Amino acid sequence: MGKLNSRLLAGPYIIWMALFTVIPLCLVVYNAFTNTGGTFTLENVASIFDPVNSKPLWLSFKMSLVVTAVCFLLSFPLAMVLWKYSKNKNSLIVMVFILPMWMNFMLRTLAWRLILLNNGFLNHALVLAGLNPVYLMNTKAAIILGTAYDYFPFMLLPIYNALVKIDKDIINAAKDLGATGFVILKRIILPLSLPGIVSGITMVFVPSISEFVIADMLGGGKVYLIGNVIEQAFNSGYADIHLGSGLSLSLMGIIVISMLVYRFFDKGEEGSGIW
Amino acid sequence: MVNKVKNTAGKLYLVLILLVLYMPIALLVVSSFNASERNKAIWGGFTISAYKKLIHDETVMDALYTTLILAGGAAFIATVLGTLVCIGMINMKKHSKSFILGVTQIPLLNSDIVTGIALMLLFTRFAELSFATMLVAHVTFIIPYVVLSVQPKVVQMNLSTYEAALDLGASQLYAMWKVMLPEIMPGILSGFLLAFTMSLDDFSVTYFTKAPGIHTMSTMVNAEYRKGIQTEIYALSTIIFVIILFVLFIINRRTEKAARLEAESGVET
Repeated sequence: MGKLNSRLLAGPYIIWMALFTVIPLCLVVYNAFTNTGGTFTLENVASIFDPVNSKPLWLSFKMSLVVTAVCFLLSFPLAMVLWKYSKNKNSLIVMVFILPMWMNFMLRTLAWRLILLNNGFLNHALVLAGLNPVYLMNTKAAIILGTAYDYFPFMLLPIYNALVKIDKDIINAAKDLGATGFVILKRIILPLSLPGIVSGITMVFVPSISEFVIADMLGGGKVYLIGNVIEQAFNSGYADIHLGSGLSLSLMGIIVISMLVYRFFDKGEEGSGIW
Repeated sequence: MVNKVKNTAGKLYLVLILLVLYMPIALLVVSSFNASERNKAIWGGFTISAYKKLIHDETVMDALYTTLILAGGAAFIATVLGTLVCIGMINMKKHSKSFILGVTQIPLLNSDIVTGIALMLLFTRFAELSFATMLVAHVTFIIPYVVLSVQPKVVQMNLSTYEAALDLGASQLYAMWKVMLPEIMPGILSGFLLAFTMSLDDFSVTYFTKAPGIHTMSTMVNAEYRKGIQTEIYALSTIIFVIILFVLFIINRRTEKAARLEAESGVET
């Protein structure tokens, strides 16, 4: 009776992903390994080792590690406190912490500009308090601050979602058996929230290593990250899409390697999404 | 005693983080009412002139309009495609399923900048950059979020009600529409919402795939923040924030109601 094959429903998606995810990536690879004449070259990919490019890359790597660490150290205790106070997964108190994420990302960054500018809110407050002004604008610290602020919810949510899945009876049982708070944290809470920590770290590290617009807005072009280098390769007067593609491919490789090294420690459990 | 100290410390920490999270937004709001044009850190008196200017500012209003249409359209397309593939995967063999889920991971693991560049290379080679290319780009990078929200619901779903519907003579499409869809609706809704949020918030992908002359909120801010229309942007931020608060309020009331109904009927999820 002409049964419809439900597998066909996957068709449009597969076509879409082939056209707009797989083919574009192939184009990046193709451009990365050719020069303007269309002949094969390794020069573009290898240019990541050129100090002009490797220095920004190393800086990006270090800064995104710091951003990820800051986000983790701030959000893990917060997730624990929220876990204690919230009744269910979608309770208001948790929503309150995700709310800033719904503000446009550029507007949030713009707000930090208002704060950090040399004659901005922070320095006015400091002077009013009788302290010396600090000049954070156009420094790495400003970029780290802005990036950590922007990606904070992406760390908080997965960790929190992993925590609420923990059965509180296990913790009570451990307490009854005489475990101290530290032992409970180390032996129960940390291992059980690991999937959330893994996806949180991924969701902060990957976007922050390739960040370029926060570096523009808060770094004033004085701090040059790998994202800026790639962006310039496509959009400046010296645009070279082959070089840009080569650098993008190298960046992708580095992200994938970082993730592989890092997921090696993950027990292969299903990560908890950010929602 | 120790517990009391711990509780207070926890609460203090909550308040402290909240202050840091909301301070920048609060300062945007305050700045939008500040009459002082040159330095927003100095109070120059209260004014709503920024809001009056905003209504007549075509650059800002166009960007807002583009952002909303783009996010709505892209989230809609992504939700339809993403839901269909999740239903399609039910009857698939394990390896085809993990292949599809693997491809789904690509835009997630790729940083935005690489996704944007890859799509730009495709578009500039085969087409002109336009609103349509922006839409395609947005659908592409938000689709994984839909799949990741819907997929768990499809896996959890009990197929026997669907099969019962078929046995009782429902056509496959009818049974999918009437039985399957309602069951996975929460996943679809949160997928749509997440996709919409991601699209609204995006800068990098839009930046590389946008047509000249079309701006979303993000690219407009990037193009304009050094110039003079800042106050209007602050006013817009305030309006957006109020809308978000309102939406949150509605969502919260709905989930609370649902939770209460659930508690009353004693159903566990």
